[in-house]
Amino acid sequence: MTTHTPPMASVEQRLDALQTVLHRQGMQPAEFIDTFDELAHEHWVPANGAGLIARAWSDPAFKKLLMTDGIAAVREAGLSMPLHHRHFVVLENTDQLHNVICCTLCSCTAFTIIGLPPDWYKDLAYRSRVVREARTVLREMGLDLPAQTHIRVWDTTADTRYMVMPQRPSGTEGLSVDQLAALISKDALIGVALI
Amino acid sequence: MDSMHDLGGQQGFGKVVHSRDAPVFHAKWEVRANALYSLAVKNGVFNMDEYRHAIERMTPQHYLMASYYERSLTSLATLCVEKGLVTHEELAQLAGGGFALAMPSAPGRGNHAHRMAFVPGDHVRVRDEHVAGHVRMPGYIRGKRGVVISQSPAYPFPDAHAHGVLAEDESTYDVRFEATDLWPQGAEPAQVHVAVFESYLEAV
Repeated sequence: MTTHTPPMASVEQRLDALQTVLHRQGMQPAEFIDTFDELAHEHWVPANGAGLIARAWSDPAFKKLLMTDGIAAVREAGLSMPLHHRHFVVLENTDQLHNVICCTLCSCTAFTIIGLPPDWYKDLAYRSRVVREARTVLREMGLDLPAQTHIRVWDTTADTRYMVMPQRPSGTEGLSVDQLAALISKDALIGVALI
Repeated sequence: MDSMHDLGGQQGFGKVVHSRDAPVFHAKWEVRANALYSLAVKNGVFNMDEYRHAIERMTPQHYLMASYYERSLTSLATLCVEKGLVTHEELAQLAGGGFALAMPSAPGRGNHAHRMAFVPGDHVRVRDEHVAGHVRMPGYIRGKRGVVISQSPAYPFPDAHAHGVLAEDESTYDVRFEATDLWPQGAEPAQVHVAVFESYLEAV
């Protein structure tokens, strides 16, 4: 005897079904999807993290706060993190040290500060490989670090969140905080690019 | 649980497909998937540890074939059924086709009976334990030695929090490992930092 398994419904159909279930519970999913869309695209953007870094480069007191109490610095800058992100750690790159972040178990990020994770961060290849062969992975992604630069990989396995502080490029002494922030990409805040 | 999601150090996945300014979402349905599970969390249907665990409970075949946001919607669907918001049959009927869910959960556990506090500089070993339920210890550090660098605020203990088991919140320690210790003769030199819950650690 064979059992008949119907072909899987499409992802859109499955989501329609789930949306109906939440709607019946009175959760107003249609309205929330619009709200979420706006948060994801307009508010949770890497410009938030870039602004923190640029200000830290320009203001030693703010840098001290950012490095010692990241959550307080985020608040001070008028930004926010979800309540369950209780610890925000900023990782400073130097001539000798390069930091890169990942989440091997899922794809956790400080999404309100650096944006939701880009597609490659969530893919199996990045999650599996960067902890074990960071230098090769970074090189394949276009970042060829000098042989003498040490690498630290940060696996986001709890609700502590990380952000990389790239090195300030030379020749930027005259730039304003906004001009500096515009130089800093999401990839640099994750640690797969320099600026 | 030892499952497909625990990818750190697994080999054979090939190059990272990377583009500059890579998108977060590729289609409107992906935004919907993210929004709907967030809405369920916001309304207290389940917490993030339950959400992560339901993804981990997907069969390995399904996990590997599904995109990131298909995993999200599968977790949401599984938990809606397990929490009694809808039956699997009705969900399939509403979707007009098959609707694969994750596999059932094993029981969770509370804090470790012999958990102890550490201070920066302490040498620690990750307990050599295999946990049937949810756990946030990547397999690549199991039984390995590292050094405590710092301590975080206390968080809900995921092994309990994903299963409705009462437990004390506990700190994670930022533990530094050497990649060449984690995969002897099989890794490039680097330091790997992992946020490790207190219950997972023992003194050496």
